[in-house]
Amino acid sequence: MSKTAPKTYITSGHSGCAGCCDAFAAKFALMGAGPNTIVVNPTGCLEVMSTPFPYSSWQVPWIHSLFENAGAVASGVEAALKALGKKDDIKVISIGGDGSTMDIGLGALSGAFERGHDFTYVCMDNEAYMNTGVQRSSGTPFDASTTTTPAGKVSFGNPRPKKNMPAIMAAHGSPYVATTSIGFPRDMIRKVKKATEIVGPTYIHSHAPCPTGWGFDTSKTLEIAKLAVETCLWPMYEMENGEITQVRKVKDPRPVEEYLRAQKRFKHLFTMEGGEEEIKKIQATADWNIKHFGLQ
Amino acid sequence: MIDPAYRKKMVVVEGSYAVAHSAKVCRPNVISAYPITPQTHIVEDLSQFIADGEIPNCEYINVEAEFSAISALIGASAVGARTYSATTSQGLLLMHEALFNTSGMRLPVIMTVANRAVGAPINIWNDHQDAISQRDTGWIQLYAEDVQEACDTLPQLYKIAEDNEVMLPGMACMDGFILSHVYEPVVLLEQELTDDFLPSFQPENVLDPEDPKTFGAFAAPDTYEEFRYLQEQAMQKALPKIEAVAKEFEEVFGRYHGGLIDGYMLDDAEIIVMSMGSILGTIKNVVDEYRAKGEKIGVLKVRSFRPFPKEQICKAVKNAHAVVVLDKNISIGTNEGALFTETKSCLYNSKVRVPVIGYTVGHGGRDIPVESIAKVIEETKKVAKSGITVESQFLDLKEESL
Repeated sequence: MSKTAPKTYITSGHSGCAGCCDAFAAKFALMGAGPNTIVVNPTGCLEVMSTPFPYSSWQVPWIHSLFENAGAVASGVEAALKALGKKDDIKVISIGGDGSTMDIGLGALSGAFERGHDFTYVCMDNEAYMNTGVQRSSGTPFDASTTTTPAGKVSFGNPRPKKNMPAIMAAHGSPYVATTSIGFPRDMIRKVKKATEIVGPTYIHSHAPCPTGWGFDTSKTLEIAKLAVETCLWPMYEMENGEITQVRKVKDPRPVEEYLRAQKRFKHLFTMEGGEEEIKKIQATADWNIKHFGLQ
Repeated sequence: MIDPAYRKKMVVVEGSYAVAHSAKVCRPNVISAYPITPQTHIVEDLSQFIADGEIPNCEYINVEAEFSAISALIGASAVGARTYSATTSQGLLLMHEALFNTSGMRLPVIMTVANRAVGAPINIWNDHQDAISQRDTGWIQLYAEDVQEACDTLPQLYKIAEDNEVMLPGMACMDGFILSHVYEPVVLLEQELTDDFLPSFQPENVLDPEDPKTFGAFAAPDTYEEFRYLQEQAMQKALPKIEAVAKEFEEVFGRYHGGLIDGYMLDDAEIIVMSMGSILGTIKNVVDEYRAKGEKIGVLKVRSFRPFPKEQICKAVKNAHAVVVLDKNISIGTNEGALFTETKSCLYNSKVRVPVIGYTVGHGGRDIPVESIAKVIEETKKVAKSGITVESQFLDLKEESL
């Protein structure tokens, strides 16, 4: 980052893996949110690596309760700030992984959005349960090999496409839902900042490649993140009050094969019989994104 | 006889209304609850207070599940808000994971539990299986005998829980329907007296950007054990405070329901009937009849189940010839209720030698008539004379339908 980059409020010295996507995501989220922020962090890699008692990497007030309740905890933090007359000065953001956001914590998050609490939820989507060893979540993409959807003689890996989480959050009537990626720090910081400045429940879904879980070199986290956007497998857009208002264009989309080939979790698609057909299906997803979101 | 001046202050209201009123005068900042029978009237009444602007500086969160009700209060309490919820039965069980979390983070959240049976089979009536099954979660548990006590317990519990040496969450347990839906004369807690009695919540650690702190950190084997030890220490420190706060309450409000325990006709009692909750009223009626006949029967009310008042129980039963414990719960696989098991346990290494038997009673709201209490007392008299034959059993089991 340049010297003029905004200050962040999570220190180095945490125990994240080399090239950790969560460290990037938390750093950028706090650059957007600023110092007057209370962070609610559900269980996951970020919580574990940043708070081994008696140490903490957090320079803002931070609370971790459980895996599935960040939406509710954030609701309570926001309500308490209101009741105590502090809400005008303090922002509330929650930063959670795809498992806690899209699976186990979806009920609590849905409740928080439906009730209209004034907070921002940032999902760091690394597309599987990395903290427990790369098990499939509803954020895992089609045909990715995980430890609970391994590729095998009769399987190409995860049989289902990713859950469309931003659409679910927009359907709650959220004033602002945006997708972003840690591969585009300025985009992410801008969107988090915008989200925290809008009153009401706002949602940022950030794509976050995990070197450990996806199988790529630890120096390539941001490169892989960019490739997901450039192959149109991860469209970046903003939705205001349910309508798409801004889309990041991809001038010359690259073939998905480039993205897939760079990661071990898709390796089987290049070795198994029928793999080519599978890659075509994934290309069709990218093509649909291009058309649906007007990426070109 | 009730003093006529005091009687003048009494009103006849539903138990739930009285409890909601009590929660209101404790000046909560965040209330978060999910409706479940028989807790509903409490949260409906609180909602009406909110709708009428009667609770200043308070946010009411209509959550989508009990799990979120308690989770929201975890967040709110960590910010420094005084918090309240009410639940029961399945709702309390759904909170289970977060109950440990509340206590582990040392957040003094207070909750009324309108005790109810748990499924299967589904059943909405009263027993204590819900709260008793949460006994190891690190929450203070006080059981109320009547509506007035259910009301009076709330400010007491806030005062105990928010004490800097305690900082533990607490459940004010009241029997579902029997107390929550009964109309009886009570004194609604006066705002002014409650303000005198209960100071505002001033926690040492809060979530505040001015002084950022980390709540709910991860603890490895080299640090985890000490957290548990400190929680246990806090519970032990709560023991004398429960006694002291009950007396302070009496000084301000003129009412006393017992500290950790309470006795009725206990001092010279040869046979002691022990229990918790509204059943104590029925037991006292039966004991009155025995006393009228000159029989030395007494009642030991256990008000605090967590922390468990070992010393006080040992002292209370030391001169008895036999003790019988009535439990509205069972630990399946032991054939015993929890109060019975724990009473035996605290006596075992003491110098007190008294036979103790147990009955597990009133499951799923099964009525416990005076005749059954008398039957239990008759059995306990036999134990005093000739020793234990059956240590623990179900009361009023319908053998013919098995």
